[in-house]
Amino acid sequence: MSYLSIRNLSVRLKGGPPLLRRVSLDVGPGEVRGLVGESGAGKSMIGKAVLGILPPSVEVTGGEILLDGADLLGLPPKDRRRRIGATCALIPQDPLTALNPSHRIEPQITDRLVNILGWTRAAARARARDLLEEVHLPDPERVLRAYPHELSGGMRQRILIASAFAAEPKLIVADEPTTALDVTVQKQILKLIREMQARHGTALVFVTHDLGVVSKVCQHLSVLYAGMVVEDARVADFFAAPRHAYSAALLAATPKYTDPDAGLNPVPDAVIDAVRAEVAAFDAAWARRGAA
Amino acid sequence: MADAKAMDGRSMIRRRAGLRLWLSAGWLSILCLAALFAPWVAPHDPLAQDLFLGRMPPFWMAGAEPGYWLGTDSLGRDVLSRLIHGARVALAVALIAGTITCLVGATLGLLAGFLRGWVDIVISRLIDIWMAFPPVLFSILLIAVLGPGLVSIIIAIVVIDWTRFARVVRAEAMAQGAMDYVASAQVAGRGRIGIMLREILPNLLPTMGVLLTLEMGIAVIVEAILSFVNLSISTDDPTWGSMIAEGRTAIHQAWWVLVFPLIALFLTVLSFSQLGEGLKDRFDPVLR
Repeated sequence: MSYLSIRNLSVRLKGGPPLLRRVSLDVGPGEVRGLVGESGAGKSMIGKAVLGILPPSVEVTGGEILLDGADLLGLPPKDRRRRIGATCALIPQDPLTALNPSHRIEPQITDRLVNILGWTRAAARARARDLLEEVHLPDPERVLRAYPHELSGGMRQRILIASAFAAEPKLIVADEPTTALDVTVQKQILKLIREMQARHGTALVFVTHDLGVVSKVCQHLSVLYAGMVVEDARVADFFAAPRHAYSAALLAATPKYTDPDAGLNPVPDAVIDAVRAEVAAFDAAWARRGAA
Repeated sequence: MADAKAMDGRSMIRRRAGLRLWLSAGWLSILCLAALFAPWVAPHDPLAQDLFLGRMPPFWMAGAEPGYWLGTDSLGRDVLSRLIHGARVALAVALIAGTITCLVGATLGLLAGFLRGWVDIVISRLIDIWMAFPPVLFSILLIAVLGPGLVSIIIAIVVIDWTRFARVVRAEAMAQGAMDYVASAQVAGRGRIGIMLREILPNLLPTMGVLLTLEMGIAVIVEAILSFVNLSISTDDPTWGSMIAEGRTAIHQAWWVLVFPLIALFLTVLSFSQLGEGLKDRFDPVLR
Protein backbone atom coordinates (compact mmCIF):
# COMPACT_ATOMS: atom_id res chain seq x y z
CA MET A 1 0.00 0.00 0.00
CA SER A 2 1.65 3.20 -1.10
CA TYR A 3 1.53 6.33 0.98
CA LEU A 4 1.36 8.75 -1.94
CA SER A 5 -0.38 7.62 -5.07
CA ILE A 6 -0.81 9.92 -8.03
CA ARG A 7 -3.32 8.72 -10.61
CA ASN A 8 -3.56 10.23 -14.11
CA LEU A 9 -2.76 13.73 -12.90
CA SER A 10 -3.15 16.35 -15.62
CA VAL A 11 -2.16 19.94 -15.12
CA ARG A 12 -2.12 22.76 -17.63
CA LEU A 13 -1.43 26.44 -17.92
CA LYS A 14 -4.81 28.16 -17.62
CA GLY A 15 -6.12 28.34 -21.17
CA GLY A 16 -2.78 27.04 -22.42
CA PRO A 17 -0.79 23.89 -23.13
CA PRO A 18 -0.68 20.87 -20.80
CA LEU A 19 2.20 20.77 -18.30
CA LEU A 20 1.52 17.30 -16.90
CA ARG A 21 0.00 14.54 -19.04
CA ARG A 22 -1.86 11.88 -17.01
CA VAL A 23 1.03 11.33 -14.64
CA SER A 24 0.81 8.31 -12.36
CA LEU A 25 3.29 7.25 -9.72
CA ASP A 26 3.43 5.66 -6.28
CA VAL A 27 5.61 6.28 -3.25
CA GLY A 28 5.43 3.74 -0.46
CA PRO A 29 6.02 4.62 3.21
CA GLY A 30 9.70 5.31 3.78
CA GLU A 31 10.42 5.00 0.08
CA VAL A 32 12.43 7.44 -2.04
CA ARG A 33 11.31 8.22 -5.55
CA GLY A 34 13.33 10.38 -7.89
CA LEU A 35 11.67 12.55 -10.50
CA VAL A 36 14.06 13.30 -13.33
CA GLY A 37 13.81 15.10 -16.62
CA GLU A 38 15.13 18.15 -18.37
CA SER A 39 14.05 21.69 -17.49
CA GLY A 40 10.35 22.19 -18.09
CA ALA A 41 9.59 18.46 -18.04
CA GLY A 42 7.17 19.04 -15.16
CA LYS A 43 9.09 17.35 -12.36
CA SER A 44 8.77 20.30 -9.97
CA MET A 45 5.14 20.70 -10.99
CA ILE A 46 4.33 17.25 -9.60
CA GLY A 47 5.82 18.17 -6.23
CA LYS A 48 3.94 21.44 -6.19
CA ALA A 49 0.66 19.74 -7.07
CA VAL A 50 1.11 17.28 -4.21
CA LEU A 51 1.85 20.05 -1.72
CA GLY A 52 -0.97 22.27 -2.98
CA ILE A 53 1.34 25.12 -3.99
CA LEU A 54 0.72 25.26 -7.72
CA PRO A 55 1.06 28.80 -9.02
CA PRO A 56 -2.27 30.55 -9.65
CA SER A 57 -1.64 30.55 -13.41
CA VAL A 58 -1.86 26.76 -13.46
CA GLU A 59 -4.88 24.47 -13.06
CA VAL A 60 -5.43 20.77 -12.43
CA THR A 61 -7.59 19.35 -15.21
CA GLY A 62 -7.94 15.80 -14.00
CA GLY A 63 -6.64 12.92 -11.94
CA GLU A 64 -6.24 12.10 -8.28
CA ILE A 65 -3.59 12.66 -5.66
CA LEU A 66 -4.17 10.05 -2.97
CA LEU A 67 -2.38 10.76 0.28
CA ASP A 68 -2.77 7.84 2.67
CA GLY A 69 -5.79 6.78 0.66
CA ALA A 70 -7.65 10.12 0.63
CA ASP A 71 -7.89 12.18 -2.57
CA LEU A 72 -6.41 15.61 -1.82
CA LEU A 73 -7.99 17.20 -4.86
CA GLY A 74 -11.45 16.18 -3.66
CA LEU A 75 -11.03 17.87 -0.27
CA PRO A 76 -12.20 21.43 0.42
CA PRO A 77 -9.16 23.80 0.33
CA LYS A 78 -9.05 24.32 4.08
CA ASP A 79 -9.07 20.59 4.91
CA ARG A 80 -6.54 19.94 2.19
CA ARG A 81 -4.21 22.56 3.61
CA ARG A 82 -4.55 21.16 7.12
CA ARG A 83 -3.91 17.63 5.93
CA ILE A 84 -0.85 18.61 3.93
CA GLY A 85 0.44 20.77 6.78
CA ALA A 86 0.17 17.90 9.25
CA THR A 87 1.74 15.20 7.09
CA CYS A 88 3.94 16.77 4.41
CA ALA A 89 6.90 19.10 4.17
CA LEU A 90 9.04 20.75 1.53
CA ILE A 91 12.79 21.01 1.19
CA PRO A 92 13.05 23.91 -1.26
CA GLN A 93 15.58 24.48 -3.97
CA ASP A 94 17.24 27.74 -3.06
CA PRO A 95 18.33 28.01 0.58
CA LEU A 96 18.98 31.71 0.08
CA THR A 97 15.33 32.58 -0.47
CA ALA A 98 13.74 29.78 1.51
CA LEU A 99 14.26 31.36 4.90
CA ASN A 100 12.47 34.58 5.69
CA PRO A 101 15.14 37.30 6.07
CA SER A 102 13.02 39.18 8.62
CA HIS A 103 12.72 36.40 11.18
CA ARG A 104 15.27 34.64 13.31
CA ILE A 105 15.84 30.92 12.70
CA GLU A 106 13.98 29.66 15.77
CA PRO A 107 10.49 30.89 14.89
CA GLN A 108 10.98 29.69 11.33
CA ILE A 109 11.47 26.13 12.54
CA THR A 110 8.91 26.25 15.33
CA ASP A 111 6.14 28.22 13.61
CA ARG A 112 4.40 25.14 12.27
CA LEU A 113 4.78 23.26 15.56
CA VAL A 114 3.46 26.09 17.72
CA ASN A 115 0.93 27.86 15.57
CA ILE A 116 -0.42 25.04 13.41
CA LEU A 117 0.08 21.91 15.51
CA GLY A 118 -0.37 23.49 18.94
CA TRP A 119 2.91 22.60 20.65
CA THR A 120 4.11 24.69 23.59
CA ARG A 121 6.86 27.14 22.78
CA ALA A 122 9.33 25.42 25.11
CA ALA A 123 8.70 21.99 23.60
CA ALA A 124 9.02 23.38 20.08
CA ARG A 125 12.25 25.11 20.99
CA ALA A 126 13.74 21.96 22.47
CA ARG A 127 12.70 20.08 19.36
CA ALA A 128 14.32 22.70 17.11
CA ARG A 129 17.56 22.44 19.08
CA ASP A 130 17.58 18.64 18.82
CA LEU A 131 16.96 18.85 15.08
CA LEU A 132 19.80 21.28 14.53
CA GLU A 133 22.06 18.88 16.36
CA GLU A 134 20.74 16.06 14.25
CA VAL A 135 21.73 17.88 11.05
CA HIS A 136 25.21 18.43 12.52
CA LEU A 137 25.06 22.19 12.96
CA PRO A 138 27.54 23.37 15.56
CA ASP A 139 26.28 25.62 18.36
CA PRO A 140 22.52 25.22 17.82
CA GLU A 141 21.69 27.85 20.43
CA ARG A 142 23.51 30.50 18.43
CA VAL A 143 21.98 29.34 15.16
CA LEU A 144 18.47 29.54 16.63
CA ARG A 145 19.05 33.18 17.50
CA ALA A 146 20.67 34.09 14.17
CA TYR A 147 19.09 35.77 11.17
CA PRO A 148 19.37 33.85 7.88
CA HIS A 149 21.84 36.31 6.34
CA GLU A 150 24.34 35.51 9.08
CA LEU A 151 24.59 31.88 7.94
CA SER A 152 26.17 30.25 4.90
CA GLY A 153 24.19 28.56 2.12
CA GLY A 154 25.12 25.09 3.34
CA MET A 155 24.07 25.93 6.91
CA ARG A 156 20.78 27.30 5.66
CA GLN A 157 20.10 24.15 3.67
CA ARG A 158 20.77 22.10 6.81
CA ILE A 159 18.31 24.29 8.69
CA LEU A 160 15.72 23.77 5.97
CA ILE A 161 16.20 20.03 6.21
CA ALA A 162 15.85 20.16 9.98
CA SER A 163 12.77 22.32 9.57
CA ALA A 164 11.21 19.88 7.09
CA PHE A 165 11.57 17.01 9.56
CA ALA A 166 10.34 19.07 12.53
CA ALA A 167 6.77 17.79 12.59
CA GLU A 168 7.70 14.18 11.71
CA PRO A 169 6.04 14.33 8.29
CA LYS A 170 5.11 11.18 6.44
CA LEU A 171 6.10 12.65 3.10
CA ILE A 172 8.74 15.17 2.08
CA VAL A 173 9.12 16.73 -1.33
CA ALA A 174 12.71 17.80 -1.97
CA ASP A 175 12.74 20.17 -4.94
CA GLU A 176 16.28 20.10 -6.34
CA PRO A 177 17.69 20.61 -2.84
CA THR A 178 21.31 20.62 -3.94
CA THR A 179 21.16 22.54 -7.20
CA ALA A 180 21.95 25.92 -5.63
CA LEU A 181 24.89 24.60 -3.60
CA ASP A 182 28.47 24.11 -4.66
CA VAL A 183 29.63 20.60 -5.38
CA THR A 184 31.52 19.91 -2.16
CA VAL A 185 28.54 20.92 -0.03
CA GLN A 186 26.14 19.04 -2.32
CA LYS A 187 27.59 15.71 -1.37
CA GLN A 188 27.23 16.34 2.37
CA ILE A 189 23.70 17.60 1.99
CA LEU A 190 22.69 14.55 -0.06
CA LYS A 191 24.16 12.28 2.56
CA LEU A 192 22.31 14.19 5.25
CA ILE A 193 18.96 13.98 3.48
CA ARG A 194 19.42 10.26 2.93
CA GLU A 195 20.43 9.73 6.56
CA MET A 196 17.53 11.76 7.96
CA GLN A 197 15.05 10.09 5.62
CA ALA A 198 16.20 6.63 6.63
CA ARG A 199 16.19 7.40 10.34
CA HIS A 200 12.74 8.97 10.32
CA GLY A 201 11.26 6.53 7.80
CA THR A 202 9.85 9.35 5.72
CA ALA A 203 8.61 8.87 2.19
CA LEU A 204 10.58 11.19 -0.07
CA VAL A 205 9.91 12.61 -3.51
CA PHE A 206 13.24 13.78 -4.83
CA VAL A 207 13.10 16.18 -7.76
CA THR A 208 16.37 16.50 -9.65
CA HIS A 209 17.88 16.63 -13.09
CA ASP A 210 20.96 14.77 -11.95
CA LEU A 211 20.83 11.00 -12.51
CA GLY A 212 23.99 10.61 -10.47
CA VAL A 213 22.10 11.96 -7.47
CA VAL A 214 19.19 9.60 -8.15
CA SER A 215 21.50 6.59 -8.11
CA LYS A 216 22.77 7.57 -4.65
CA VAL A 217 19.49 8.55 -3.00
CA CYS A 218 16.48 6.88 -4.63
CA GLN A 219 14.98 3.41 -4.87
CA HIS A 220 12.53 4.22 -7.65
CA LEU A 221 12.46 6.83 -10.34
CA SER A 222 10.14 8.38 -12.88
CA VAL A 223 11.65 9.86 -16.02
CA LEU A 224 9.58 12.71 -17.41
CA TYR A 225 9.47 14.32 -20.80
CA ALA A 226 7.05 17.16 -21.61
CA GLY A 227 4.96 16.32 -18.56
CA MET A 228 4.63 12.66 -19.47
CA VAL A 229 6.14 9.76 -17.55
CA VAL A 230 8.25 7.93 -20.14
CA GLU A 231 9.73 5.43 -17.71
CA ASP A 232 8.90 4.29 -14.20
CA ALA A 233 11.46 1.87 -12.80
CA ARG A 234 13.42 0.61 -9.83
CA VAL A 235 16.70 2.49 -9.73
CA ALA A 236 18.83 -0.67 -9.86
CA ASP A 237 16.96 -1.93 -12.93
CA PHE A 238 17.09 1.47 -14.58
CA PHE A 239 20.82 1.87 -14.31
CA ALA A 240 21.34 -1.70 -15.48
CA ALA A 241 19.07 -1.35 -18.50
CA PRO A 242 16.84 1.65 -19.16
CA ARG A 243 13.79 0.57 -21.14
CA HIS A 244 12.84 3.77 -22.93
CA ALA A 245 15.07 5.21 -25.65
CA TYR A 246 14.81 8.72 -24.20
CA SER A 247 15.82 7.70 -20.68
CA ALA A 248 18.65 5.62 -22.10
CA ALA A 249 19.88 8.69 -23.96
CA LEU A 250 19.48 10.79 -20.81
CA LEU A 251 21.55 8.27 -18.89
CA ALA A 252 24.21 8.25 -21.61
CA ALA A 253 24.29 12.06 -21.49
CA THR A 254 25.28 12.10 -17.81
CA PRO A 255 28.97 13.03 -17.60
CA LYS A 256 31.07 10.35 -15.95
CA TYR A 257 33.69 11.29 -13.40
CA THR A 258 35.48 8.02 -14.07
CA ASP A 259 36.07 8.96 -17.69
CA PRO A 260 36.48 12.73 -17.96
CA ASP A 261 37.90 12.58 -21.51
CA ALA A 262 34.80 10.92 -22.92
CA GLY A 263 33.24 14.30 -23.69
CA LEU A 264 29.53 15.08 -23.56
CA ASN A 265 26.90 12.98 -25.26
CA PRO A 266 23.84 15.16 -25.79
CA VAL A 267 20.53 13.38 -26.29
CA PRO A 268 20.43 12.70 -30.07
CA ASP A 269 17.93 14.63 -32.16
CA ALA A 270 16.38 11.41 -33.42
CA VAL A 271 15.54 10.38 -29.84
CA ILE A 272 14.03 13.80 -29.12
CA ASP A 273 11.94 13.61 -32.30
CA ALA A 274 10.75 10.13 -31.36
CA VAL A 275 9.73 11.09 -27.84
CA ARG A 276 8.00 14.22 -29.15
CA ALA A 277 6.07 12.11 -31.61
CA GLU A 278 5.12 9.83 -28.74
CA VAL A 279 3.81 12.77 -26.72
CA ALA A 280 1.82 14.03 -29.72
CA ALA A 281 0.35 10.56 -30.29
CA PHE A 282 -0.54 10.37 -26.60
CA ASP A 283 -2.34 13.74 -26.79
CA ALA A 284 -4.13 12.76 -29.99
CA ALA A 285 -5.29 9.44 -28.51
CA TRP A 286 -6.75 11.18 -25.47
CA ALA A 287 -8.32 13.91 -27.59
CA ARG A 288 -10.07 11.18 -29.68
CA ARG A 289 -11.24 9.44 -26.55
CA GLY A 290 -12.51 12.74 -25.15
CA ALA A 291 -14.40 13.46 -28.36
CA ALA A 292 -15.95 10.00 -28.56
CA MET B 1 45.08 42.94 5.35
CA ALA B 2 42.34 42.84 2.77
CA ASP B 3 39.99 41.93 5.57
CA ALA B 4 40.96 44.90 7.67
CA LYS B 5 40.46 47.13 4.66
CA ALA B 6 37.01 45.72 4.02
CA MET B 7 36.10 46.26 7.65
CA ASP B 8 37.32 49.83 7.42
CA GLY B 9 35.16 50.49 4.38
CA ARG B 10 32.17 49.04 6.15
CA SER B 11 32.61 51.03 9.31
CA MET B 12 33.13 54.16 7.25
CA ILE B 13 29.83 53.61 5.47
CA ARG B 14 28.22 53.02 8.84
CA ARG B 15 29.70 56.15 10.30
CA ARG B 16 28.55 58.21 7.35
CA ALA B 17 25.10 56.66 7.59
CA GLY B 18 25.18 57.41 11.30
CA LEU B 19 26.12 61.01 10.70
CA ARG B 20 23.31 61.63 8.29
CA LEU B 21 20.91 59.87 10.60
CA TRP B 22 21.94 62.06 13.51
CA LEU B 23 21.93 65.32 11.54
CA SER B 24 18.50 64.73 10.06
CA ALA B 25 17.04 63.40 13.30
CA GLY B 26 18.59 66.38 15.08
CA TRP B 27 17.01 68.98 12.83
CA LEU B 28 13.63 67.24 12.92
CA SER B 29 13.61 66.96 16.70
CA ILE B 30 14.51 70.64 17.07
CA LEU B 31 11.67 71.40 14.70
CA CYS B 32 9.25 69.14 16.56
CA LEU B 33 10.10 70.68 19.91
CA ALA B 34 9.79 74.20 18.50
CA ALA B 35 6.44 73.32 16.97
CA LEU B 36 5.12 71.66 20.12
CA PHE B 37 6.09 74.54 22.37
CA ALA B 38 5.66 77.29 19.79
CA PRO B 39 3.74 79.73 22.04
CA TRP B 40 6.56 79.56 24.63
CA VAL B 41 9.49 79.32 22.27
CA ALA B 42 8.55 82.02 19.80
CA PRO B 43 9.93 85.39 20.94
CA HIS B 44 6.96 87.33 19.61
CA ASP B 45 3.32 86.93 18.68
CA PRO B 46 3.54 85.69 15.07
CA LEU B 47 0.51 87.80 14.13
CA ALA B 48 1.44 91.04 15.93
CA GLN B 49 2.03 93.80 13.41
CA ASP B 50 4.12 96.88 13.99
CA LEU B 51 4.43 99.11 10.98
CA PHE B 52 7.29 101.03 12.56
CA LEU B 53 9.30 97.83 12.62
CA GLY B 54 8.60 96.80 9.02
CA ARG B 55 11.30 95.00 7.01
CA MET B 56 13.93 94.94 9.73
CA PRO B 57 16.95 92.85 8.59
CA PRO B 58 18.27 89.79 10.48
CA PHE B 59 20.58 90.24 13.46
CA TRP B 60 23.96 90.29 11.74
CA MET B 61 23.09 93.11 9.35
CA ALA B 62 23.29 96.82 9.96
CA GLY B 63 20.03 98.30 11.20
CA ALA B 64 18.79 95.10 12.84
CA GLU B 65 16.32 95.49 15.67
CA PRO B 66 17.39 93.64 18.85
CA GLY B 67 15.08 90.74 19.68
CA TYR B 68 14.03 90.19 16.07
CA TRP B 69 16.70 87.60 15.22
CA LEU B 70 15.65 86.83 11.68
CA GLY B 71 14.19 90.22 10.91
CA THR B 72 10.61 91.25 10.23
CA ASP B 73 8.33 91.24 7.22
CA SER B 74 6.57 94.17 5.50
CA LEU B 75 3.97 94.36 8.28
CA GLY B 76 6.56 94.25 11.04
CA ARG B 77 5.82 90.65 12.07
CA ASP B 78 8.71 88.64 13.51
CA VAL B 79 10.03 86.16 10.89
CA LEU B 80 11.44 83.71 13.47
CA SER B 81 8.16 83.52 15.37
CA ARG B 82 6.23 83.00 12.18
CA LEU B 83 8.69 80.32 11.13
CA ILE B 84 8.22 78.48 14.42
CA HIS B 85 4.44 78.67 14.23
CA GLY B 86 4.56 77.66 10.57
CA ALA B 87 6.46 74.52 11.60
CA ARG B 88 3.34 73.37 13.47
CA VAL B 89 1.31 73.23 10.30
CA ALA B 90 4.16 71.73 8.28
CA LEU B 91 4.86 68.95 10.78
CA ALA B 92 1.21 68.19 11.48
CA VAL B 93 0.63 67.76 7.77
CA ALA B 94 3.82 65.73 7.34
CA LEU B 95 3.11 63.29 10.16
CA ILE B 96 -0.63 62.85 9.75
CA ALA B 97 -0.87 62.95 5.97
CA GLY B 98 2.31 60.87 5.55
CA THR B 99 1.13 58.15 7.90
CA ILE B 100 -2.39 57.90 6.49
CA THR B 101 -1.06 57.88 2.94
CA CYS B 102 1.33 55.10 3.86
CA LEU B 103 -1.38 53.00 5.50
CA VAL B 104 -3.83 53.39 2.63
CA GLY B 105 -1.30 52.94 -0.17
CA ALA B 106 0.63 50.09 1.41
CA THR B 107 -2.54 48.17 2.28
CA LEU B 108 -3.83 48.39 -1.29
CA GLY B 109 -0.39 47.59 -2.71
CA LEU B 110 0.04 44.58 -0.44
CA LEU B 111 -3.38 43.22 -1.33
CA ALA B 112 -2.76 43.70 -5.05
CA GLY B 113 0.74 42.27 -5.00
CA PHE B 114 0.04 39.26 -2.84
CA LEU B 115 -3.51 38.25 -3.69
CA ARG B 116 -3.07 38.98 -7.42
CA GLY B 117 -6.04 38.01 -9.60
CA TRP B 118 -8.96 40.40 -9.87
CA VAL B 119 -7.91 42.33 -6.74
CA ASP B 120 -4.66 43.20 -8.51
CA ILE B 121 -6.42 44.07 -11.74
CA VAL B 122 -8.81 46.48 -10.02
CA ILE B 123 -6.15 48.16 -7.89
CA SER B 124 -3.59 48.38 -10.69
CA ARG B 125 -6.05 49.97 -13.11
CA LEU B 126 -7.04 52.41 -10.36
CA ILE B 127 -3.36 53.34 -9.91
CA ASP B 128 -2.94 53.83 -13.68
CA ILE B 129 -5.97 56.09 -13.88
CA TRP B 130 -4.92 58.00 -10.78
CA MET B 131 -1.44 58.66 -12.07
CA ALA B 132 -2.82 60.19 -15.25
CA PHE B 133 -4.08 63.21 -13.26
CA PRO B 134 -1.61 66.09 -12.89
CA PRO B 135 -1.08 66.07 -9.11
CA VAL B 136 -0.86 69.80 -8.43
CA LEU B 137 -3.99 70.62 -10.40
CA PHE B 138 -5.72 67.65 -8.83
CA SER B 139 -4.90 68.87 -5.33
CA ILE B 140 -6.01 72.41 -6.10
CA LEU B 141 -9.25 71.03 -7.50
CA LEU B 142 -9.76 68.89 -4.41
CA ILE B 143 -9.18 71.79 -2.04
CA ALA B 144 -11.53 73.93 -4.09
CA VAL B 145 -14.21 71.28 -3.60
CA LEU B 146 -13.44 70.44 0.04
CA GLY B 147 -12.76 74.03 1.08
CA PRO B 148 -9.48 75.17 2.63
CA GLY B 149 -8.29 73.87 5.99
CA LEU B 150 -5.87 71.42 7.56
CA VAL B 151 -8.17 68.42 7.13
CA SER B 152 -8.69 69.19 3.44
CA ILE B 153 -4.95 69.38 2.85
CA ILE B 154 -4.44 66.03 4.53
CA ILE B 155 -7.24 64.45 2.55
CA ALA B 156 -5.84 65.92 -0.67
CA ILE B 157 -2.37 64.51 0.01
CA VAL B 158 -3.71 61.06 0.87
CA VAL B 159 -5.97 60.97 -2.16
CA ILE B 160 -3.18 62.03 -4.50
CA ASP B 161 -0.17 60.22 -3.13
CA TRP B 162 -1.42 56.77 -2.07
CA THR B 163 -0.37 55.47 -5.49
CA ARG B 164 3.27 56.18 -4.63
CA PHE B 165 3.10 53.54 -1.88
CA ALA B 166 0.73 51.22 -3.66
CA ARG B 167 2.96 50.85 -6.72
CA VAL B 168 6.17 50.14 -4.87
CA VAL B 169 4.64 47.93 -2.20
CA ARG B 170 2.76 45.93 -4.86
CA ALA B 171 5.94 45.22 -6.81
CA GLU B 172 7.83 44.32 -3.67
CA ALA B 173 5.03 42.10 -2.37
CA MET B 174 5.01 40.26 -5.70
CA ALA B 175 8.75 39.69 -5.52
CA GLN B 176 8.51 38.43 -1.93
CA GLY B 177 5.51 36.26 -2.80
CA ALA B 178 7.66 34.32 -5.27
CA MET B 179 10.24 33.43 -2.62
CA ASP B 180 10.55 29.86 -1.41
CA TYR B 181 9.82 30.79 2.18
CA VAL B 182 6.28 31.64 1.16
CA ALA B 183 5.90 28.18 -0.39
CA SER B 184 7.21 26.62 2.82
CA ALA B 185 4.73 28.56 4.93
CA GLN B 186 1.94 27.49 2.58
CA VAL B 187 2.92 23.85 2.90
CA ALA B 188 3.03 24.24 6.68
CA GLY B 189 -0.66 25.16 6.55
CA ARG B 190 -0.61 28.92 6.96
CA GLY B 191 -3.52 30.74 5.37
CA ARG B 192 -3.11 33.52 2.84
CA ILE B 193 -3.80 36.31 5.32
CA GLY B 194 -1.36 34.78 7.80
CA ILE B 195 1.36 34.57 5.15
CA MET B 196 0.68 38.11 4.00
CA LEU B 197 0.96 39.58 7.48
CA ARG B 198 3.58 37.33 9.03
CA GLU B 199 5.87 36.46 6.14
CA ILE B 200 5.53 39.22 3.55
CA LEU B 201 4.76 42.36 5.53
CA PRO B 202 7.91 42.36 7.73
CA ASN B 203 10.03 42.28 4.60
CA LEU B 204 8.26 45.33 3.22
CA LEU B 205 8.71 47.47 6.33
CA PRO B 206 12.18 48.84 5.44
CA THR B 207 10.94 49.97 2.03
CA MET B 208 7.78 51.38 3.56
CA GLY B 209 9.82 53.29 6.12
CA VAL B 210 11.90 54.97 3.44
CA LEU B 211 8.81 55.78 1.41
CA LEU B 212 7.04 57.10 4.50
CA THR B 213 9.76 59.58 5.34
CA LEU B 214 9.99 60.63 1.69
CA GLU B 215 6.24 61.12 1.71
CA MET B 216 6.47 63.27 4.82
CA GLY B 217 8.90 65.50 2.96
CA ILE B 218 6.58 65.61 -0.02
CA ALA B 219 3.64 66.45 2.23
CA VAL B 220 5.57 69.43 3.60
CA ILE B 221 6.17 70.64 0.04
CA VAL B 222 2.56 70.11 -1.01
CA GLU B 223 1.34 72.03 2.01
CA ALA B 224 3.79 74.84 1.15
CA ILE B 225 2.61 74.91 -2.45
CA LEU B 226 -1.01 75.07 -1.40
CA SER B 227 -0.38 77.86 1.08
CA PHE B 228 1.70 79.62 -1.57
CA VAL B 229 -1.38 79.76 -3.77
CA ASN B 230 -3.47 80.64 -0.72
CA LEU B 231 -5.39 77.38 -0.58
CA SER B 232 -4.09 76.08 2.70
CA ILE B 233 -5.46 76.91 6.14
CA SER B 234 -6.93 80.31 7.03
CA THR B 235 -4.77 83.13 5.73
CA ASP B 236 -4.11 84.50 9.22
CA ASP B 237 -2.14 81.55 10.52
CA PRO B 238 1.49 81.62 9.44
CA THR B 239 2.66 78.83 7.17
CA TRP B 240 5.96 78.52 5.34
CA GLY B 241 4.19 78.62 2.00
CA SER B 242 2.30 81.82 2.75
CA MET B 243 5.52 83.40 4.11
CA ILE B 244 7.28 82.54 0.84
CA ALA B 245 4.37 84.02 -1.11
CA GLU B 246 4.51 87.24 0.92
CA GLY B 247 8.28 87.40 0.80
CA ARG B 248 8.24 87.07 -2.96
CA THR B 249 6.52 90.44 -3.34
CA ALA B 250 9.27 92.18 -1.37
CA ILE B 251 12.28 90.12 -2.46
CA HIS B 252 14.39 93.15 -3.42
CA GLN B 253 13.74 95.05 -0.21
CA ALA B 254 13.61 92.21 2.33
CA TRP B 255 15.02 88.95 0.97
CA TRP B 256 15.04 87.36 4.42
CA VAL B 257 11.26 87.06 4.50
CA LEU B 258 11.51 84.69 1.54
CA VAL B 259 14.82 82.98 2.23
CA PHE B 260 14.35 81.75 5.82
CA PRO B 261 11.15 79.81 5.21
CA LEU B 262 12.76 78.40 2.06
CA ILE B 263 15.76 77.19 4.06
CA ALA B 264 13.46 75.69 6.69
CA LEU B 265 11.50 73.93 3.97
CA PHE B 266 14.64 72.68 2.28
CA LEU B 267 16.22 71.36 5.47
CA THR B 268 13.03 69.69 6.57
CA VAL B 269 12.38 67.88 3.31
CA LEU B 270 16.03 66.85 3.06
CA SER B 271 16.03 65.64 6.65
CA PHE B 272 12.95 63.51 6.13
CA SER B 273 14.47 61.71 3.15
CA GLN B 274 17.85 61.27 4.84
CA LEU B 275 16.17 60.02 8.00
CA GLY B 276 14.47 57.28 6.01
CA GLU B 277 17.66 56.17 4.29
CA GLY B 278 19.62 56.36 7.53
CA LEU B 279 17.06 54.27 9.43
CA LYS B 280 17.02 51.70 6.65
CA ASP B 281 20.81 51.37 6.67
CA ARG B 282 20.74 50.97 10.39
CA PHE B 283 17.83 48.61 10.96
CA ASP B 284 17.31 46.56 7.81
CA PRO B 285 18.45 43.07 8.89
CA VAL B 286 19.61 42.22 5.38
CA LEU B 287 21.88 45.24 5.12
CA ARG B 288 22.98 45.22 8.72
